[in-house]
Amino acid sequence: MSRTIVMSLNKISKHFGPLLANNAIDLELAEGEVLALLGENGAGQTTLMNILFGHYVADEGSVTVFDQELPPGKPRAAIEAGVGMVHQHFTLADNLTVLENIILGTEPLWGVTQHMRAALAKLDRLSQEFGLTVDPKAQVKDLSVGEMQRVEILKALYRNARILIMDEPTAVLTPPEVESLFATLRQLLKRGLAVVFISHKLAEVMAISDRVAVLRNGKVVLQAETTQTSREALAEAMVGREIPEPKRTPQEAGEILLSLDQVTVFGTQHKRLLDQANLTLRAGEIVGIAGVSGHGQAQLADLLSGLQKPDEGRLTLRGAGEIIPKPSTMIRYGIGRIVEDRIGLGLIGDMTITENLASESYRDKKFSNFGFLRFNVLKEHARQLIEDFDVRCPGVAAQVRKLSGGNMQKLILARVLSKKPIVILAHQPTWGLDVGATAYVHSQLLEARQRGAGVLLISEDLDELLQLCDRIQVIYHGRLSESLDPENISLQELGLLMSGHQTTAPKAA
Amino acid sequence: MGDFFDFLFVAGFWAATLRMATPLIFGTLGELVCERSGVLNLGIEGIMTAGSMAGWMWVYQGGDLWGGVLFAAFVGGMFGLLHSLFSVYLGLSQHVTGLGITMLASSLSYFVFRMMLPNVTTPPKIVPFESWSLPFFSEIPVLGEALFVLSPLTWLALLIVVVVGYGLFYTPLGLAVRMVGENPMAAEAQGINVHRVRSGAVIFGSALMAVGGSFLTLSAFDAFYIGMTNGRGWICIALVVFASWKPGKALLGALFFAAFDAMQMRVQQQASAAIPYQFYLMAPYVMSIVALIIMSRRAAYPKALLVPFRRGER
Repeated sequence: MSRTIVMSLNKISKHFGPLLANNAIDLELAEGEVLALLGENGAGQTTLMNILFGHYVADEGSVTVFDQELPPGKPRAAIEAGVGMVHQHFTLADNLTVLENIILGTEPLWGVTQHMRAALAKLDRLSQEFGLTVDPKAQVKDLSVGEMQRVEILKALYRNARILIMDEPTAVLTPPEVESLFATLRQLLKRGLAVVFISHKLAEVMAISDRVAVLRNGKVVLQAETTQTSREALAEAMVGREIPEPKRTPQEAGEILLSLDQVTVFGTQHKRLLDQANLTLRAGEIVGIAGVSGHGQAQLADLLSGLQKPDEGRLTLRGAGEIIPKPSTMIRYGIGRIVEDRIGLGLIGDMTITENLASESYRDKKFSNFGFLRFNVLKEHARQLIEDFDVRCPGVAAQVRKLSGGNMQKLILARVLSKKPIVILAHQPTWGLDVGATAYVHSQLLEARQRGAGVLLISEDLDELLQLCDRIQVIYHGRLSESLDPENISLQELGLLMSGHQTTAPKAA
Repeated sequence: MGDFFDFLFVAGFWAATLRMATPLIFGTLGELVCERSGVLNLGIEGIMTAGSMAGWMWVYQGGDLWGGVLFAAFVGGMFGLLHSLFSVYLGLSQHVTGLGITMLASSLSYFVFRMMLPNVTTPPKIVPFESWSLPFFSEIPVLGEALFVLSPLTWLALLIVVVVGYGLFYTPLGLAVRMVGENPMAAEAQGINVHRVRSGAVIFGSALMAVGGSFLTLSAFDAFYIGMTNGRGWICIALVVFASWKPGKALLGALFFAAFDAMQMRVQQQASAAIPYQFYLMAPYVMSIVALIIMSRRAAYPKALLVPFRRGER
């Protein structure tokens, strides 16, 4: 088979301050193939693709597309050369319609009218051809995540893209959505498009790609045909060491730390978001909450974070009796909160690492004197924690929003776990994290369990739940199931319960 | 009570409403265009002052009235350029930049005025625009006189509402302006130069504000005096929120506010001294606040308003 090279990256290097994000990277992409770009968070894949697309300007090196060198820093040039990019964080305007999002920039800016009808027809043809159905008149904010991604792909196709770059396309998708994305990709490949697929999920890479390039610390450390390599080899190349997956050791649960008794939370129009939920959490155990997102997990997490009060029912804490949840109350009673929305709720992006690490405890005697913060103590505290929790950052004075997702999560873990909480809420703690960071989060949760903390783990990742939890409860339309024993239940059974099927699942624990 | 609302049937009341609304329409649309692109332009108060000064000066020096309007637009556009250099290209605080421009533009206008006429106590007059009447329609009793005999600048204001409305929602350029105000990153990913679109919008919007200012000297009054903008710019900023960033609603809002202003003048004349006149002066503002609260609760503001866009940053 003769390979037609459609794109090549030549010796690309890029610094961010002292950080070398890309180190003389050479890559080639051929027509009709999927090149998987594999790497941990922060290994440099996203930076590389942003350089290719013209969002960033490389310090050194050049990009050649269809035998023409792209001028640096010009997305428009990349688009015109036939490069389409599906960003990890979608670049869509919420308050505009799907059609408006797609046609922006496709017509001369100073035109008097927009050719809406022609655009609609073209869009219609594309969505039929590739099975990407979406309502062009809908506002983007009303779409589901899967639909938004379809819009992003359509945007590229509408521009006649021949090379499609997908940055972590599956991170936000549910398993069926991933399947349909892959079906679409195969369609595109048949027409001779070339795809760069950035991911850190090995299973997906093995399933979809023809070739793999592994990046570590800004360098290509391995390039191979997918069929010639293995998951294990890729994982090792990606992390640079072997990752032992932490194991749960059997352990007797202790006294009850927290219980929910018939708790109901109402939403708008009197909808029951949590419906008479019962739950007990004991010392030294991890209780998992399985379910498709949007079935009441957010309310459950908010309840434990202190952001939501129960409309009916009671929340009891050991040593405090029945309490009305408030953030300050929850902190005082030693509840560690690892929230789902790291950037929005967990951290303050524009503030420094030091400040974020102190945000729950700055009023402690240790950190403040007569209303003045003791900055030296705070800094020392932060320095200690980023060392203990292996947070990769330029320094404690760095702004948090500049960290990678994995490092942000480590920062939250550091803040939460350093206080040795008796109850830990972990809501999607490994969402969007790479293999190494995930293993780290798991080991930390297990360690907390070992020392006698109770962990409530809300997750959509069933493998994670089965691996870590002592008991699992399924949430469906705000109702919590009985406790299930992870040893005696299969993925299929869990899946059925999550979609509302009642089974005679074995009761346990 | 019957007499009280008699003013509604007087042609003069409606004519006054349209007259008072004119600078507000220009100013509100100008601000609306800026904000749609993601830039809050607090320079509006000063830019309107500069516009009224520039227009007046042009005519006072012997220039043509329309030349005065154009010159005002040019001066406004220059202040818009200055604003965008700071707020768009350098990504500095839009609040600080805007207030700075207001102080600079208004003080500079007064300074130039004083330099030109150091020893004059009563501001010299110019010959302002004469009303244009729409043939046939203006013959309709009461209504015709009220609605179809207007200053050319009022006609222009009404035309601009249509132009801005069409431009924002039916042209590629308008889409680009809205997109950079919603999600600049998305616009950039589509090959749009965010900085250029934003500064273009700010320059155009500022030019409109200045034309609104020039109405004050070239049509409403026939002279320039200090403090003549009198907070109209700030009202425009509130009207943009009231209008939920929609040109049609901006027109309504401007008319609504102007009607209250016209009404308070008339009611003040009719009613005796039973109520202190300050209450009448206050009325339009109180009504706008109330209307603002009711109207703006569901307003979807441009997502990227006040957010500077810096390339290559996470």
